[in-house]
Amino acid sequence: MQPISTLTSRTVVLPFTNIDTDQIIPARFLTTTTKEGLGRQAFADWRYDASGASKPDFALNRPEAAGCAILVAGRNFGCGSSREHAPWALLDYGFRAVVSTEIADIFRSNSLKNGLLPIVVDEQTHAWLLEHPGVSLQIDLQASTLTLPDGTAVRFPVEAFARYCLLNGVDELGYLLQQGDAITRYEQTQS
Amino acid sequence: MKPKTLFEKVWEQHEVAPETADTPAVLYIDLHLIHEVTTPQAFAELRSRGLSVRRPDRTLATLDHSTPTDPAEVFGRVPIKVESAGRQVKEMEKNCREFGVELFGLGSEQRGIVHVIGPELGATQPGKTIVCGDSHTATHGAFGALAFGIGTTEVGQVLATQCLLQRRPKTLAIEVSGRLRDAVTAKDLILAIIGKIGVSGGTGQVIEYRGSAIEALSMDERMTVCNMSIEAGARAGMIAPDETTFAYLKGRRFAPQGDAWARAVERWRNLRTDSGARYDRVVEIDASKLEPMITYGTNPGMVVPITATVPDRPSDAIHAKSLAYMGLHGGEPLLGKPVQVVFVGSCTNARLSDLEQAARVMRGRKVASGVRMLVVPGSQQVKREAEASGLAQVFTDAGAEWRESGCSMCIGMNGDTVAKGEYAVSTSNRNFEGRQGAGARTLLASPLTAAAAAVSGRISDPREFLRS
Ligand code: SF4
Repeated sequence: MQPISTLTSRTVVLPFTNIDTDQIIPARFLTTTTKEGLGRQAFADWRYDASGASKPDFALNRPEAAGCAILVAGRNFGCGSSREHAPWALLDYGFRAVVSTEIADIFRSNSLKNGLLPIVVDEQTHAWLLEHPGVSLQIDLQASTLTLPDGTAVRFPVEAFARYCLLNGVDELGYLLQQGDAITRYEQTQS
Repeated sequence: MKPKTLFEKVWEQHEVAPETADTPAVLYIDLHLIHEVTTPQAFAELRSRGLSVRRPDRTLATLDHSTPTDPAEVFGRVPIKVESAGRQVKEMEKNCREFGVELFGLGSEQRGIVHVIGPELGATQPGKTIVCGDSHTATHGAFGALAFGIGTTEVGQVLATQCLLQRRPKTLAIEVSGRLRDAVTAKDLILAIIGKIGVSGGTGQVIEYRGSAIEALSMDERMTVCNMSIEAGARAGMIAPDETTFAYLKGRRFAPQGDAWARAVERWRNLRTDSGARYDRVVEIDASKLEPMITYGTNPGMVVPITATVPDRPSDAIHAKSLAYMGLHGGEPLLGKPVQVVFVGSCTNARLSDLEQAARVMRGRKVASGVRMLVVPGSQQVKREAEASGLAQVFTDAGAEWRESGCSMCIGMNGDTVAKGEYAVSTSNRNFEGRQGAGARTLLASPLTAAAAAVSGRISDPREFLRS
């Protein structure tokens, strides 16, 4: 995982609530055995028509969306399946952060493990972001703040260990492997 | 001693290291279920780091999601039509072979949907921690296990260390009083619960279902309820084990045998929430007031009693977008709406008793013309039992397709799909846009309601078909 500490980017807005993992990456693309290349299929059924052509009206297809690394979405983003293909697809597409008022549990956990920042903000900030697509935001993970164009810094919650891993590019498996002795002791008490 | 909830008891028994302000708890996992879709990248990670599977004996592997249900494909008489799915199946076979994990693969008598075979084999037991790279792992909570879905990175962690890093979730008690009336099933109950608390109502929480209506449910029904906990956003759903649980498990392949059985039951009897224990939140529901339910929108919380009309919310743009996808209008009745597909299957409703429910309606009737009905047993064992008891015959006589077990049309990645614009009454668990195929319009309901739609060709009240 690439370490991440700060991020500055314009936003793309998908204002719908309950955007589920089947929208982020439809199941028919899950027969892959690698993580790469899923960005093309992110939001496939919203992005392309039946013939595979881009739908010009969809937010991600508009010229101003090019290069945006922050996705602002409606409440309860990422609900549904546990497929890690959802954050893989978003990262491969070029997103590094998702901002909403509520982010589904498994999606949030999967995102943190891959360096995609799940950022939960208050209703008021969220409403403003939904109404102002394309604004430039600064995210500072160390300070856990999201800075709006007028300079207001909004704090967002991040679990301490997840933040440490993200800032340092450390992965959890390494940490768990170091617990080997404790795991063995636990197993001995159980049998 | 401080009174504890069922969840707290199971959680605390599995802490290898408790959580601190800086670090999450290291939680030991008793049973890891794996399938072909969410494991290839995890095995690749193990390979690249030179790691092995720590406890192959605590790992149970099967093929279900992308695996076809057409017998000719399953048994290799014709190649698997979805080529990438065929590659995924091969990859799973290779990974299990190389890492020493027993695979209930193609041709195995025990193969089936991962959440159907765990309980069926007796591997799912009270008090265990159970995970799987699949959000419907909550199903196993029906036995008083703490069972939840994980992502592929976590699958790799469990394969390598048999542990996960977890923060302790909150608890939500759903108290269900009264008794379900005839023709109102466990599926209707869980749909009503999701309708009440909403699709994110359980986020960050573990649900414990309790009360007289829950205690009266069979194990199959309890599994249907716990299965859809994730549709309310919850990590897990649990039900305290009781005599019904023990009777179900006794004698199953992986259940404790002999003296160990008696000791296990004694231990399991303590897995109840102590009186005075506190939940973070409590929700109450009266089961005796419920009716058969059906969804009308594009998430499982968009649900109404089958006799109701589609809710009208003219100023809600998101509701309007959902209704446009479904081709429905606010204020119109659902009853009488023509359907083209009926799917009886999935980890929610494809156990033997679910098929029996559907057969209650189907017996002596035909699938209406213009309707395609697919009946897909949850496991090969369910399939054998249904064939032996004549249940399968009821479906084939009616003109339904009878398949090998698998996820099938629940997820539409294995060749079984609903076409664009078609209405499908499905016993599965998700009505998301495109879930059953691009443009497919899914209405979630019980096996009784699905069967009633199959024989009438329309959305119908199943009670009409049980009276005559
Ligand atoms: S039946 Fe459907 S919900 Fe259940 S495990 Fe398979 S794909 Fe997932």
